[in-house]
Parts: sequence; C-alpha cells; structure tokens
Amino acid sequence: MAEHAQSENPEEFKKHLGRYYVVFVALLCLTAITVGVSYLKLNRPLAIAVALIIATVKAGMVAAVFMHLISEKKVIYAVLVLTALFFALVLLIPSFTAYEGHHIITGT
Amino acid sequence: METAIPHLVEPHPVTGIPNGKFGIWLFLASEVMLFGALFSSYVLIRVGAPHWPPEGGLSSEVLNVPLGTFNTAVLITSSITMVLAWASCKMGSLPKFKLWMAATVGLALVFLVVKYFEYSDKFHHGHFPSHDNFYGIYFVLTGLHGLHIVGGIVVNTYLLTFGSKLWNVDREWFTNRVENAGLYWHFVDLVWIFLFPSLYLL
Repeated sequence: MAEHAQSENPEEFKKHLGRYYVVFVALLCLTAITVGVSYLKLNRPLAIAVALIIATVKAGMVAAVFMHLISEKKVIYAVLVLTALFFALVLLIPSFTAYEGHHIITGT
Repeated sequence: METAIPHLVEPHPVTGIPNGKFGIWLFLASEVMLFGALFSSYVLIRVGAPHWPPEGGLSSEVLNVPLGTFNTAVLITSSITMVLAWASCKMGSLPKFKLWMAATVGLALVFLVVKYFEYSDKFHHGHFPSHDNFYGIYFVLTGLHGLHIVGGIVVNTYLLTFGSKLWNVDREWFTNRVENAGLYWHFVDLVWIFLFPSLYLL
C-alpha cells in the first residue's frame, strides 16, 4: 500500500485488516512471555536484556503496523530519526554522571 | 472555512501529508523527550541505589504483577479497537466507527479503574510518592501515563459524540482526525509497553 487509503476502495481496504489482528495476537503472546520469563528469576542483567528486547519488538510492531510507520512519508521518518538521536542522548546522560555522583546517590 | 486553514485534508506539497498529521507526529516527538527524560532519571537513580526497591524485596513483590499484566492486555486491546474505529471510517461506516470507538473509550476507563485500585492499595499501606525513590518514580511515571490516558479519553469521547458531526460535512477530514487521535493513542500504549516491564518486573 504505497499511497495509503485515499485511492483505495473499501473492499480493497478490508483485505488489509488481517495484519492488525496478527499484531494484536502477537502483542498478547509477547506480554505473556515477558511475564512468564520474569518468574524464571534470571540474573538481573539477562532479565533486563530479555525484557527490554521483547518490549522493543512489541513497540516496533505497534509503531510499524498500528501507526503505519511501515509505509510513511519521508518527513515523518526524518522527524523520528532526529527524535531517536535526542532520546538516545537523554538516556546516555546518566552514564556520564553516574560514576561521579555514585557516593552521593547511594545515600538516598 | 477550509480555505482559512489549508491542507486539513489534502497533503501539504512540502511534507506530502495533511498538516494535522504532521503536527501530531511533532507532538509525539516532544512526548518521547518528556517520557525519555523521566525514564533516564529512573535509570540514574536506580543505578545508584544499593537495593531496588530500596526497602528490599523485588519490584514484582511490591507491585501487583497480575493487575499490571491485565492492564497491559487492556491497552493492547484498546489499540486494536482504535485501529478498527479508524478502519471503519475508511470503509464508510459511521455506526461501526462508533462501536469500536466506544470500545476504545470503555477499555481506557477499565485501565483507569484498575490503576485506581492499585493506587488506593498503595496509599492504604502508607506508600505515597514521598515514601522512597521507588514509589516516587512509580507514581510519577504511571501518573503521567495515566494523565495521557485521561487526555485520550477526552479526545476520543469528543470524536465519538459531538465531533462525529464532522462526518456529514467532510468524511475524509473526520477520518484524518480519527487517525491522528489513533496515533496518539498507540503512542500511549507504546509507553506502557516499556513502563510495565521496567517498573513491575525488573
């Protein structure tokens, strides 16, 4: 679906609805897996990695299919690349400060 | 009216999309930074804490995992009902739109009711945001997310009721509004997808 929606007739559109149900079921399954894995009491770094990887996959599916990012205009990709860059920066800021402030923060 | 605000329906020649859609994506970009900054603070505070939660035990023992899991399923379901509401507009059926949109609003209310029970249980045990860093972060992140749910309910209820009059004026314009509300709603779902494991399970 290149130019989504406007040019499509309702019957054509209906054929594409299946993908939403597929993603819906996949999201529920991945939620169950995330919760299931948490009961395994994996060591913390592994548990964090598994949970965040599954969450990223889920978020990717929501963004790609529900939010139609799989076939969007360039301008939206440009906005999102810039956002991702700044988001990464904001997440990295603690790693620059964590060591210096360690003894202060542990006092909480 | 349509000449006063151009590109409400037809794509803008520069962006290739209607202005409303471009606007909602810019707004979501700013939302990423809002939640990103708080998430980053969470990481910083948590990395520096000798124990998490500070009082001992595990997050999954302090917070109610079954309720959190249930709420995750509720939000995921509300995301697909939102898509189906938009799809109903695309397929030319206002009654079906209303059905799916009502389901979306209903599920959002279910989410808030569950959250109310979770919060009141914490308050009942004297665990307010000021209790410690764990509860501070838990209440700020889930509270801000909860406010976004409330915002979504307001917009979606408007589209379901008074706002749907636009359907008789310009179907495509109305469908675009539903799509934009949907983009916001999926984003709120997306935020929860990260909040749930990082607060409840890890």
